[in-house]
Amino acid sequence: MSVAPQARDGDLRSRAEALGQTLPPLLAEAEMLASTVMMGEHGRRRAGLGDEFWQYRPAHQGDSARMIDWRRSARSDAHFVREREWQAAQSVTIWVDPAKSMSFTGDKSRAPKADRAKLLGLALAVLLLRGGERVGLAGLAAPRSGRAQLLRLAARLSGEAADQDFGAPETEGMVSHGRGVFLSDFLGDLSGIEAGLARAADRGVKGVLIQVLDPAEEEFPFDGRTIFESMGGTMRHETQQAGELRTRYLARLAERKDRLATLARAVGWHFSTHHTGAPAQSALLWAYVALQGGR
Amino acid sequence: MFTLGPLGFAAPWLLVALIALPVLWLLLRAVPPAPIRRRFPGVALLLGLKDEEAETDKTPWWLLLLRTLAIAAVIIGFAGPVLNPDDRAPGTGPMLIVVDGGWADARDWPQRLEKIEALVEEAGVQGRPVALLRLTDAPGVVEFQTSEAWAGRAAGLQPQAWAPADFAEWAEVLPDGDFETTWLSDGLDHDGRDALLSALQSRGDVRVIENIRAVYGLHPARFEDGNVVVAASRMPAGDAGSVEVVAQGPDPSGIERDLGRVTLAFESGAAQAEAAMDLPPELRNRITRFVLEGARTAGSVSLADDSLKRRKIALIQSGADEETLQLLSPLHYLRQALAPTADIIEGNLKDTLLANPDVVVLADVAEIAGPERDALLEWVDKGGLLLRFAGPVLAASDVSRIDEDPLLPVRLREGGRTVGGAMSWGEPKALAPFPEGSPFFGLTAPPDVVVREQVLAQPDPDLTERTIAALDDGTPLMTRKVIGGGQVVLVHVTANAEWSSLPLSGLFVQMLERLAVSTKPAQPEAADLSGQTWVPEVVLDAYGAATDAGELPGVEGEALAEAIAQGPSLAFQPGLYAGADRRVALNVLGDETTLEPAVWPQGVPVDRLEARAVQALKGDFLTFAAVLLLLDVLAALWLAGRLRGLARGTAAVLALALLVATPREAQAQDTPGPNDDFAVQATSSVVLAYVQTGDPQIDELSRQGLLGLSDKLWQRTSIEPLMPMAVDIEKDELAFFPFLYWPISTAAAEPSDAAYAKLNQYLRTGGMILFDTRDADLAGFGGGTTPEGQTLQVIASGLDIPPLEQIPLDHVLTRTFYLLQDFPGRHQGGQLWVEAAPNAEAEAAEGMPFRNLNDGVTPVVIGGADWASAWATDDMGVPLVPIGRGFAGEQQREIAYRFGINLIMHVLTGNYKSDQVHVPALLERLGQ
Repeated sequence: MSVAPQARDGDLRSRAEALGQTLPPLLAEAEMLASTVMMGEHGRRRAGLGDEFWQYRPAHQGDSARMIDWRRSARSDAHFVREREWQAAQSVTIWVDPAKSMSFTGDKSRAPKADRAKLLGLALAVLLLRGGERVGLAGLAAPRSGRAQLLRLAARLSGEAADQDFGAPETEGMVSHGRGVFLSDFLGDLSGIEAGLARAADRGVKGVLIQVLDPAEEEFPFDGRTIFESMGGTMRHETQQAGELRTRYLARLAERKDRLATLARAVGWHFSTHHTGAPAQSALLWAYVALQGGR
Repeated sequence: MFTLGPLGFAAPWLLVALIALPVLWLLLRAVPPAPIRRRFPGVALLLGLKDEEAETDKTPWWLLLLRTLAIAAVIIGFAGPVLNPDDRAPGTGPMLIVVDGGWADARDWPQRLEKIEALVEEAGVQGRPVALLRLTDAPGVVEFQTSEAWAGRAAGLQPQAWAPADFAEWAEVLPDGDFETTWLSDGLDHDGRDALLSALQSRGDVRVIENIRAVYGLHPARFEDGNVVVAASRMPAGDAGSVEVVAQGPDPSGIERDLGRVTLAFESGAAQAEAAMDLPPELRNRITRFVLEGARTAGSVSLADDSLKRRKIALIQSGADEETLQLLSPLHYLRQALAPTADIIEGNLKDTLLANPDVVVLADVAEIAGPERDALLEWVDKGGLLLRFAGPVLAASDVSRIDEDPLLPVRLREGGRTVGGAMSWGEPKALAPFPEGSPFFGLTAPPDVVVREQVLAQPDPDLTERTIAALDDGTPLMTRKVIGGGQVVLVHVTANAEWSSLPLSGLFVQMLERLAVSTKPAQPEAADLSGQTWVPEVVLDAYGAATDAGELPGVEGEALAEAIAQGPSLAFQPGLYAGADRRVALNVLGDETTLEPAVWPQGVPVDRLEARAVQALKGDFLTFAAVLLLLDVLAALWLAGRLRGLARGTAAVLALALLVATPREAQAQDTPGPNDDFAVQATSSVVLAYVQTGDPQIDELSRQGLLGLSDKLWQRTSIEPLMPMAVDIEKDELAFFPFLYWPISTAAAEPSDAAYAKLNQYLRTGGMILFDTRDADLAGFGGGTTPEGQTLQVIASGLDIPPLEQIPLDHVLTRTFYLLQDFPGRHQGGQLWVEAAPNAEAEAAEGMPFRNLNDGVTPVVIGGADWASAWATDDMGVPLVPIGRGFAGEQQREIAYRFGINLIMHVLTGNYKSDQVHVPALLERLGQ
């Protein structure tokens, strides 16, 4: 099991122990979540390289003799070739926003947005890995398949948050014509998001944008004289009557969602908003189906 | 001490800090409430949004005001504000406290006492000797003592019911040496007050504390034109106002009640007001006192004496029908004398005695017939006063010649005598002075009263004793005899001026008054009172409460008359004084008394009694400041938007309270009561029911009988009853059952009223009861000859049962299911009674061929065949009671079942079977 890069220069032992403590719960939760959406391995519905039998077809000119399935051909006068279903594994690259804004929670009883985003990402990874796909983390882990990759992903996801306030999608390590999953609140500068999406689209990557928001960000339940600061403290806004800003803030949020949806549509991606106050299953199911191009 | 209006300040220099308030205002204004810092990722979306109200970055003005007020309250609070500061310089030397202590003090006495105690205590603190002087006491030497010596005595001090007097005497007994005087005045001017004041001023400073509240006093009530007129005075004569005067007295059962009330309206500036009170004589005679409502002083109480009482006097003369000149009428002078002061009844003796007069005057009536005589005697015996006048008729009659008549005080000599007439010698006789012991003692007889003719008394041993007035030659003029509780008085002359000039004189009226025949309207004068000793019966205290006079000594009439004129004093306490025949009230205020405000000379400081006590306000101001600061905290929280959490918490608590409160109600509705089980069982299908008699054997047989009948119904008809039920008519609801079987048992108790009401309601709304006396073997029904029959009569007497008849042959009961001719149970041949058909004859006359019973089912069926026994089966359906003999008995049982089936069918289907007889006719018509 490899260790997160950030932990290499720290006290390795304690980091590893902390990781060992946090990893299994996250993984277990992700597995549990994924089990609710389990669908089984998916074929490509056409002949190709794979393990599963697809069909017998009459042998053509050019089919080598070793391709002929003699056992089938012996039962008739013609020669048959045994074809297997094409099982091309997809490379799915997941990006979970590590910025500080994701560590926000509007209520002590709710987990931060980052937790939910990581959970969704890992659960998606569980599903995809079981489906035989290759799953990686953008910038952190190259797409691979197999159970071992899951542990690796979990370890990488448990890394510390980045320093910047708002994150921009990372496209490093994305495989051309693969699939991408961006999990973030998308509250930062839109240009970074646009650029990231454009880079992904350039490589022919399609995928889903999942905006993870706290209910407090949807409701804006604030009043009175308030100084709002970003999680890292780099941005601040002071107001005398926070309550009066509510409608305008909500309008801007709606506009941001609309813009994201438009962007996603333009590059053939899917966009959805998920709230940490709601159960994760629906978001997971939606993301899984959307990744398969089912909609 | 620095004072500002009624406010003083202990540390006035602190107030300078108030100057700093405007600075504080500016400072606070510049510093808005601290913002909340919130970490919020959505801030990226907020960037660039402007607040709509730009000025809110300063503190809102009302918050500023709140804080400034709080600071100001703190500053003022610490400056030590004191309300009504006492800034009098402390005096030196002995202190004399003078209290009026009269009736006018009574209302404010607690305050006065408080003030006196405060003064005594103050003197004690300053180490000054004190003396306390109550002006209503008898003047006596006053000595200065220590404050401790006076403290106890001052607390027990009470006002007196009279006004202070004897100022001059007090001035003489003042203690030696110089002293300072505090005079607690009642605010009224009293004669001679100046003498004492100047004496006090010569010894040192005099300070006056008086009350400026109005003082009200009530004058004695008097008669005017048949009304009681009450008058009240007030001091000072201020704005227009009104007071209520209540007349109090015992009701017939002796309880003190308000007998009447009237409102006295004082005009603006008027010191006196009066009003008339129109009361019926019965009420008026009961009045014992008039009270100014709401005032608790002796001056606001006016005791009513006999002068208010108007006696009922019956005037009777012989031969009332005689027409004579009015001036010659024997009663004319009596009427004139009595009419202003008494209620006069005239008529014959028998009628007037019914009106229960106080006095009966017989003018020249000689013979009184038997029954009237007895009635009159009885009336006198009970306390009546019979006043008889002589006259020609009495002189000529034989009454009381030989034996003394019970209704005459003396035996009379025949004919009487005439003196000084044209045919006789001698001069008309004048009156002798009234002897001591006579009720007229003290009256002087005018010399011009002369007697020309009179009837003469026989000299008897007790004549002298009975004589209450005589002529100057010793001849009795008026004699009196006591009979039981009352008395008979004979005036030996006529009631008119025929025989003497007595009725023409004022003495005649006075004598009538002394005899309590009439009463005087005005206050009694010295002449009326003199010569008698008056014993106080009731005295008033300063608060106007009447108390028993106890052992107070009697007073001379002359002195009492003087006291009435002058007002009461220590020797003559206000109250009710009783003489021989009448009672006189000595009230605090006389007719002429006026209430004048006391005027103090220039230079005498006058303080008010009501001046409010020194009150430190430091705590109040600081509390106010604390409240303001608390408000400020809330306001600041609200401004900063932090009240939201608080509000949510409150809502949660409320919701919790609601949750706790609601389930109880829900529970109450869900629990089914025992009655519900009964109702469900009774209404889930048709159920036959029987009335519990209390005899377990009969009840069990009823149950088995109805069970057998239910089985037969189930087998043979479409009626499918459930298990029969027992009904307790006292407790259970009857409305569920169409049919009740009621076996009559002699042991059964009579139903209660509530049960009767329930049964009648049941019968009226379509229920049916089958009464079964179970005695058809012993007696024919109807005679009430058996115990059961008699019990049924008792029970049925409370029921609303219509007229009954023996069941006719064509009754619908004979054909509701089976065609029946008789209705046997265990017994055969009994009679069966049902509701009589209405207007049977009329219908027959109209040619209606069939009975047209109205749609109601007969509410009762009464018989004695003991059907339950015939029906009874055990649970297996085996009959329990043998009926008759052999096959005939079984046949009888079958018929009994058939009757039961018919009966239940009748109950459930009404009379529709009676229509079935029309069917052939209807079919025939349809065929056409």
